[in-house]
Amino acid sequence: MKQSGALGRLATLRLLAQRFAFVSLIVAAVALMILGKADVLLVERTRTVVADALAPILDVMSRPASAIAEVVDNVRELANLRAENARLKAENQRLLHWQTVARRLETENAILHDHLNVVSDPDPAFISARVIGDLGTAFGHSMLLNAGARHGVRKGQAVLSGEALVGYIAEVGERSSRLLLLTDINAHIPVVVESTRTRAILTGDPGRRPRLNYVAGNPSISIGDRVVTSASGAAFPPGLPIGVVAATADGIFRIEPFVQRHQLEFVAIVDFGLGGIMPFDRPPERPRRRGGEN
Amino acid sequence: MKPSLWVRMDTWVRHLVPFGVTLLLLLLTAVPTRLPGFASVVPMLPLMGVYYWAIFRPDLLPAWLAFLTGLLADIIAGTPLGVNALVLLLVQGTAASQRKFFLGKSFMVAWWAFGLLAAGSIGLSWLLVSLLRGAALDPAPLMFEYALTMGLYPILTWSLARTQMAFLKDV
Repeated sequence: MKQSGALGRLATLRLLAQRFAFVSLIVAAVALMILGKADVLLVERTRTVVADALAPILDVMSRPASAIAEVVDNVRELANLRAENARLKAENQRLLHWQTVARRLETENAILHDHLNVVSDPDPAFISARVIGDLGTAFGHSMLLNAGARHGVRKGQAVLSGEALVGYIAEVGERSSRLLLLTDINAHIPVVVESTRTRAILTGDPGRRPRLNYVAGNPSISIGDRVVTSASGAAFPPGLPIGVVAATADGIFRIEPFVQRHQLEFVAIVDFGLGGIMPFDRPPERPRRRGGEN
Repeated sequence: MKPSLWVRMDTWVRHLVPFGVTLLLLLLTAVPTRLPGFASVVPMLPLMGVYYWAIFRPDLLPAWLAFLTGLLADIIAGTPLGVNALVLLLVQGTAASQRKFFLGKSFMVAWWAFGLLAAGSIGLSWLLVSLLRGAALDPAPLMFEYALTMGLYPILTWSLARTQMAFLKDV
């Protein structure tokens, strides 16, 4: 009788301990949320350490996924072969015209540069990286790349796909880095509307197209205008293409980026020798890989 | 009689399966699919893992492991630290405390209960992330996420049940 009483007490104690552990874990989760708000750097460092550890696994896992995506792409291409061919023919004609114009302008530009002694932009160095993790949720848009500090990646560097800007480096680990896409709510990029030279800040808007904030002056922006980076804040070199204005409803300008997120497989992390968008991570002075004087 | 070393090691490894499978589900959500429109909507696979094991083997995926899974999900997905940790912890706690009700019930009941829990989880994480970011987020992608998660539940539960049969039948 006495023994069963002791057993009962033991069970109650165990239950209490379990309850206590559960409640402490809840408290720990809430504490982490507050800590994340208070100490951004610590959280960032934790993130990069874990991302570094997971990078090799994700790298391996992303390979079959991209093979499957390729097959799906092939099937889709086959289905649209005829329409695609007609579209390409039309586009080719248009581009041939632009090629002539561009050639003429290039020579003219070179001659004018010579006449005016213009200092030309330094050739940027770049690192090619593979997307190994698509860390997208409904809450944020970022990707894990398989290049990190040891490959020369630094925070704030622009990330391009082809010629177009897709985002910038937000966190750097030893062998992986996190690319913040320009559709993320935390991404703010100084831009200029190419035809009207209207300055604005491009901000991500989860679930929808990114929008222009802080539009300067009297905006005469219309649908189809190209949006490129501006030199404001010395974050990015001016003139990197981003997208076109897709909607202007209610005075909110929404941008359709040139590169869609699902198209990204390889990206170029480009070092333009600028401070990048996060000035608290100043670039160390180091010899450039190619081009430029410094 | 004490079982031999090999038997004990075998049991030990088998006991790691639930957590291992849940981690694998978590990593799967991070694999880039490169499918148009799919990129910003990922099913909540780890949630299904935590829910399943909380009902069938709560001893092998206890609350603290659910917390750890959530923390890893936060770190990988870039959501504010602690959000998924809290959500998965609460899911584990709720499911494990109600497991007597689930055991022996039909699959539809488990699916229905999972629907309630998943809706609660999505709502809670939306609320927490909106609070922490200081801006209300667009709920539309969350609806897709919910629908996708519910649609995948039968397939995933089937494979989790097969995993349990294969590795944990008598340990």
